[in-house]
Amino acid sequence: MSQLNNLTKGFLRENPVFVLLLGMCPTLGTTTSAINGLGMGLATTFVLIMSNMVISLVANLIPDKIRIPGFIVIIASFVTIVDMTIAAYLPSLHESLGLFIPLIVVNCIVLGRAESFASKNSLIPSAIDGLSMGLGFSFALTLLGSIREILGSGKIFNFEVFNDQYGMLVFVLAPGGFLALGYIIAIINKIKKAIS
Amino acid sequence: MSKKIKSSFKNMVLVLFSVTLIASATVAYVYQLTKEPIAKAKLNKQIQAIKDVVPPFTNNPFKEKIDIKVDDKHTIVIFPAKKNGELIGAAVKTYTQKAFGGEFWIMVGFKPDGTIINYSILEHKETPGLGSKMDVWFKEKGKKSIINKNPSKTKFTVSKDGGDIDAITAATISSRAFLDAVERGYKAFIKQNK
Amino acid sequence: MEYLLIIISAIFVNNIVLTQFLGICPFLGVSKKVSTAVGMGGAVTFVMTLATLVTYLIQKEILDTFGIQYMQTITYILVIASLVQMLEIILKKASPSLYQALGVFLPLITTNCAVLGVAIMVIQKNYNLLESLIFAAATAIGFALALVLFAGLREHLDLMRIPKGMKGTPIALVTAGLLAMAFMGFAGIV
Repeated sequence: MSQLNNLTKGFLRENPVFVLLLGMCPTLGTTTSAINGLGMGLATTFVLIMSNMVISLVANLIPDKIRIPGFIVIIASFVTIVDMTIAAYLPSLHESLGLFIPLIVVNCIVLGRAESFASKNSLIPSAIDGLSMGLGFSFALTLLGSIREILGSGKIFNFEVFNDQYGMLVFVLAPGGFLALGYIIAIINKIKKAIS
Repeated sequence: MSKKIKSSFKNMVLVLFSVTLIASATVAYVYQLTKEPIAKAKLNKQIQAIKDVVPPFTNNPFKEKIDIKVDDKHTIVIFPAKKNGELIGAAVKTYTQKAFGGEFWIMVGFKPDGTIINYSILEHKETPGLGSKMDVWFKEKGKKSIINKNPSKTKFTVSKDGGDIDAITAATISSRAFLDAVERGYKAFIKQNK
Repeated sequence: MEYLLIIISAIFVNNIVLTQFLGICPFLGVSKKVSTAVGMGGAVTFVMTLATLVTYLIQKEILDTFGIQYMQTITYILVIASLVQMLEIILKKASPSLYQALGVFLPLITTNCAVLGVAIMVIQKNYNLLESLIFAAATAIGFALALVLFAGLREHLDLMRIPKGMKGTPIALVTAGLLAMAFMGFAGIV
């Protein structure tokens, strides 16, 4: 696979959220606003790139039977590092994302890429794969976050578009997350069908 | 592809142990790097909660805080704000257990005579769009507001119960709970100040 | 009485899947048949309660004692991964049919955000050991409840005419949204 293909696959063709249907929990849980979705996406991207790189380097040193626990420990370390860094320098983001930051370690996307790509490819392609999937994930989260924020509170990135008394509160709550994502996937399926 | 290490028991234990060791060491290192900024961010957040509700002060409200333990899980905290040694107000961290979502905590700023300066909601589980409006409702002008009113002269209960404050429309329980928290804070503050 | 409140809150008011968005992957993946949903619910209850017990003890006796709370993520996930491995071995011997039915979703319990989420939550909420275990068990029951309800709905959906673009995941998500809306009615009970 050419490296350019490798870089762009995460956006649409193999978008982890909309196409591969992975990483649902943070997708629904952190997209109450555009900035939260973006923050979560970027934090996950950092973990993806770092863990993909390390795992591509050490995959052959880890016996096959314990590769999953081995990968998980590596991923967990980067998650802890990202957690502490956000707590230190972006405290309000840390508060909004809360529990979902340590939950990056169980994000199926991270373990999934480690297992299916990084453990079988060399350093640079693995790093690019992590970047691509991470950015695609961030794109999905920011999109969903923006839609929920606008429909639910009339704002986007905290910038007011219309007064929130005209907003549909349900969109920043649990049911709205499910509904918005469901319809977005339906629309994307239609677009994909139309293109092919 | 290059050869992989065999999955013998000895290898598995050794590798898993080393991976965990290296991982822990790296994490511990980053912990040392971020320990201070994290503590600073935490302190800033707490100081901001106090700054939000009392006028500018020159002392350290934290060093002079007074803990009033109500029970194992509830401690009311009074943070005195002073300007050049003189008490200009206090931020009181208080709570209610009568909330729609169980309980919530608020920070109320009192003048030395007990008049309300301002308040902020610290954390709550009230209904979004209804009870959650308490973060601005009781600051808006008129009968809703508690700002600049004193619980000794005004009745801090909802009009429905014969009081002088207008409850949030369709969120009477949250409103009652909010005023309950304010009263609790006021009583603790006045008792302390005697 | 307090324990009853914890239980009702965990199962209905703050349902882990429908309100807190944890445990979605298995929720969407395993809920196609009621019987598998029940099996998954049982497996998760086992793992969640046991994991909470072990991680709670590790937190209090080791992490807190030595001031190494930053090791929380690494130790917790290792505990969960080991418990799931154990469960796989047990199920393979005790109930091979359930083992087959759950398929790839059994090892995926390791990455179930709900399990790790609950283990972390009981520490954040400052529960004691008994409260933590009750919370974990009740949350798992809430998870199982959401799963079984959803499976029932999906079994019916399979028999209906659905617009082509909505088939599969989209309609499942919209249904989940409506189920979540129904559960919003429990708010305020505690």
